[in-house]
Parts: sequence; C-alpha cells; structure tokens
Amino acid sequence: MSGGLYLNVAVSGLLTGLIYGLSALGLSVIFGVIRIVNFAHGEMMVLGMFATLVLFRALGIDPLLSLPLVAAALFAFGYLLQDLVVRRVAHLADHMQFLLMASIAVMLISVCLMLFGPDAQNAQVSYGFDSFAIGPLLVDKVRVYAGAAALVVSGLLFAFFHYTPTGKAIRACGDNYTGALVVGLNVRRLYALTFGIGTACLGAAGAIMLLLVDVHPYLGPSYTLLAFIIVIIGGMGSLPGALLGGILIGVSEALAGVILQPSLKSAFSFGLLILVLLVRPQGLLGKVAR
Amino acid sequence: MIARIIESASPRALALLAVVTLALLVAPWLVDSYVLSVLIIVLYFAYVGQAWNLMLGFAGQLSLGHALFVSLGAYTSAALFIKFGVPPIIGVFAAIAMAVVAGCLIGYLGFRFSIRGVYFALLTIAFAEFTGIIVDHISWLGASSGLFLPVKNQQSNDLLNLRGSPTMFYYVILALTGLAFALCSWLLNSKLGLYWQAIREDQEAAEASGVPLFRYKMIAVAISSGLTGIGGVWYAFYYNNLFPETMFKTSQSVEIILGSVVGGVGTLFGPILGAFVLTPLGEVLTAATDGMHLDGVKSFFWGFCVAAIVLFRPQGLWPWIYNVLGLAPKKEGER
Repeated sequence: MSGGLYLNVAVSGLLTGLIYGLSALGLSVIFGVIRIVNFAHGEMMVLGMFATLVLFRALGIDPLLSLPLVAAALFAFGYLLQDLVVRRVAHLADHMQFLLMASIAVMLISVCLMLFGPDAQNAQVSYGFDSFAIGPLLVDKVRVYAGAAALVVSGLLFAFFHYTPTGKAIRACGDNYTGALVVGLNVRRLYALTFGIGTACLGAAGAIMLLLVDVHPYLGPSYTLLAFIIVIIGGMGSLPGALLGGILIGVSEALAGVILQPSLKSAFSFGLLILVLLVRPQGLLGKVAR
Repeated sequence: MIARIIESASPRALALLAVVTLALLVAPWLVDSYVLSVLIIVLYFAYVGQAWNLMLGFAGQLSLGHALFVSLGAYTSAALFIKFGVPPIIGVFAAIAMAVVAGCLIGYLGFRFSIRGVYFALLTIAFAEFTGIIVDHISWLGASSGLFLPVKNQQSNDLLNLRGSPTMFYYVILALTGLAFALCSWLLNSKLGLYWQAIREDQEAAEASGVPLFRYKMIAVAISSGLTGIGGVWYAFYYNNLFPETMFKTSQSVEIILGSVVGGVGTLFGPILGAFVLTPLGEVLTAATDGMHLDGVKSFFWGFCVAAIVLFRPQGLWPWIYNVLGLAPKKEGER
C-alpha cells in the first residue's frame, strides 16, 4: 500500500515538476543570453495565470486552449519590457538590476491586486476531478494534461533554439556577445526576442499551472524562489538542466510533503539548493562560468 | 579622525551636517507622535542600510539575505528575554554572536567555494528563507503563530530592558545610527577599508597585489552581519512581535537594502539619505492613496518611484545631491 502511495505521489510530483521546469526555462533562457536575473519571474507567471483566468471566466476558454494566446501576450510584454526598460540597466551593477526587476515585480503584484483583489481564485474545468487509472497508479487527469502541455511547449522551445536561424542567433548572442556584434547580428532585437520568449514560457506555464493551483497576487515570490532553485540546480542557462531541475524539485517536494510535513517541503528544496551551490555551483548540467 | 573629516569637508557640508544632527537631537520635542514614529522607522532603515552597505558598498559582496541577520538578532534577544529573563543589554551580545556566526558560515561557504556575484546573492537568499522555514517549525520560538514580548506599562523608561516610550526607542536608534556612521567612516579610511575597496574594484588585481581576499571578505561579512544583528535586537523590542512569515523573507531584505541603493551604494551618507527619502515617500503615498480604497495603488507608485530612481539616478541620490548642494570641498584631486 505505502509503496503505491509513494509511487502515486512521485508521479504526480513528476508531472508538476514538468510545469516547474517549463517556468524555470523562462528564467534560464533570459539569464543564459542576456545575463539578467529576472527577479519578477514569479509575478510574470502570476500575470499569465490571471490572464488565463480572465479568458476562462469571460469566454469560457479552457486554460490549455488559451495557452497560446496568453503566451503571445506575455511575449509582447517581455519584448517591450526588455527593449524599453531592462536594456537600459544592462551596464549597471547586479544590485541595480536586481532592484529594477524587484520594483517591476512590486508593480505587477499591485496591478493584479487592483484588478483582481487579494482573494484566491481558480478555474474549475469540467474534467477537474477525473483521473486515469494505470494499474495501481491513479493520476489526476488535469495533472496529466498539464504535464503533457509543459512537455510539448518545452519541446517546441528546444526545436526553436536548435533548428531555426533565429534560435541559433540567440544562442550565439548568449555564447559570445562581442562575436555576435562582429558578425552583424541585431543583438538588441535578439535580446528583446529572448526576453519575450522567456516571458512567453511563463505565460504558458501560468496557463497550465492554473489547472492545478488557485491564483492570488501574492503567489509570485514563491514561484520566483522556486524557479531560482530549479535553475541553479539544473544549471543557469542550460535548457535541459531547467527541465531536469524542475522534475527533481517536483518529485522531491512531493515526496518530502508525504514523508516529512507539507510545510517543510520548501526547506528541503532550499537545502538542496545550498548543497548544489557548494558542491557544483554551475549546476548539474551547467557549463563552467566564463 | 574627526579632525581629518572636518578638515577635508567644505564649510557648507559641515554646516549642513551640524543642522541635521541638531535637528535630529531635538526632534522629539518638536514633532508629534506620528512624525516621531516615522522618524524612528527612518533611522532604523538608515542603521541597517549602513550595515548592509558596508558589505556591498565597501567590500563589493552583494547580500540579498540580510533579513536573516535582523531576524537572528531579534529572535535571539527576544527568546533570551522571554524565556530566561535575560535583559537585552546582555542579550545583544548573544544576538551579535548568532548573526556573526550565521554571516561567517555563509561567507565561509561562499568565499571558500568561490561563489560570486549573483550566485552569492542567491546563496544568501537561500540561507535566509531556509532558516525562516526552520524557525516556522520551532514551537519553542512561537513557530508560525509568532513570538511576542510582554508589553508592560510604559510609564518609565527602562533602558537596560529596552522597555519604554517611543522617545527612548528614538534615541536608542539615533545613537546606533550615529555610531554605525562613525564606525563606517573610520573603517572606510582605515587600511581595512582600503583593502575592501581594492577587492570591490578588482578582485583579481587586489589578490595579485597581495590582499588576502578571503580574510578581508570574511571580516566585512562579520562586521556587517553583527551590526545588522544589533538592529534586530532593537527591532524585536520596538515592535514586540516577531513572525517568521515576514521576518526572514526576501522582501524584508529588499527593504533593508532599498535605502542604501536609492541613497547611493558605497557612500557614507547614502543609506541615511535613502532612508529619509523612502520611508516618508511611503507615508506620503499612503496618505495620498488612502481615499481611493483600492488595494495596490500605493505599492504600484512605490515600485514606480524605485524603478525611476534606478533608471535615472543609477549612482543613487547622494552623489547627485552632493553636487547640487555644492558640498564638495574646493580642493584639487577630490571629486
């Protein structure tokens, strides 16, 4: 019995971990190329969740169907944010960049508060309580769909970065900024694109996440910290690393919630983060820092 | 040391400093209790901002987890007082010890394993959040329902037990701010401070010139965390309640660093100026948006102001005001 319980919990953690991974991809892409840590990460994801909620409430669109719309909207937001604001702090010290992103985070929380109020809200889909039974396994339908959607979006992202000229150009910017300028790449536009892609990941992750959790404006900071943990464990700037880190954290949090206490699960993640920072600061799949 | 500062400053700067100091000394007689409470918060942030600034502004090490040191100082002194009746005047030494040990542990791990820049900052966040979750589960410290100090009658001021009127807390935090300022200005011009600035400007060059990086970075973290821990003691006895849910959070750390960054990192007056700008700004925004009855308006403008300062005054307000007011001494070779 208890073995079955752990297996169930682990599978559900794995599926949640895929969404964590997708969201962390957004952070990783931006840091890997622009070298800016997006401290407004979680808040942007919450923005995506609220956008999905609005589409669900007003037009009855299923969160998974509104995913492309929300991702596109967040892409535009990220593109403009980088091109109009973040670009101007690229030459400043780490703490100034941090403060800018933190103040953007505060503004995003405030906007969500003004528009939606402080209460937790959710999108109740018709298949919300269904589940698949595979042998002894009993997996929530929403979680399966959510994990699958996260996997599909991540796959598209990998394909984009590896097979399209634009994707390759963005990776070139990340590998060698000066070199990218020398060969005539439009770095400014590529940076804006990168930021847009990063926030689009968050929009997608937010849309999927709304299937699993209730959304409220103060949800952001915990997602920001979670994404940091995942990205550092997986390796900053490494895309497979973000997914791997997401799965690791998803599974270990789920198991820690059962074996220890649910409220201690994030202490477990932070402990894991400290361990990885000390033993392998570049992360599991990261390259050695330049 | 004081003679040298007076010598090197312009008459205008000295006059301004004298007026501000005098105004702060007599403020409790001039202002009402509301303004006094705002001034108290201003000075608290000036103090912890100064302590944080020592680490980043002087020695170049970015910490985003200073809430940890405030909280450790606060919890240590409060627990000693509540559980064992140890007065804060003695408890403060335990608080300093706790904060310094935590700071040195983070510093040791970070610097030994050469975790730098953003990664070091994230390490400090991780330690603060981790400790917060642990404290959240220690029922002896009140866990998530909080730790409360007994509030007795406030008729007399008991300095040794830090029980008394807002005016007493005002003078305590004013004295702390003054002492921290004096300590920092002495350190900045000492050999130690010069080593720190060498590390801040170019770590490799400093190492090549024979500056023992590890030792001096550790000293910076130790002093910074110890000073912040003292701030935590004051915090605990002023507010009388501590919740891990807010104390250890990154948002608390952000509040600590905000004044320094807005005022000017690496300057002596920056943290003080920043606190004097930001806290009243928050109060004004509260008053201005109070009638709108809409959550989030205040914090939106707050974030907007901070973003504007980052974008338009990235060096902080102090260097700018310094020039505008013409405080620079008319001497060659000085900025």
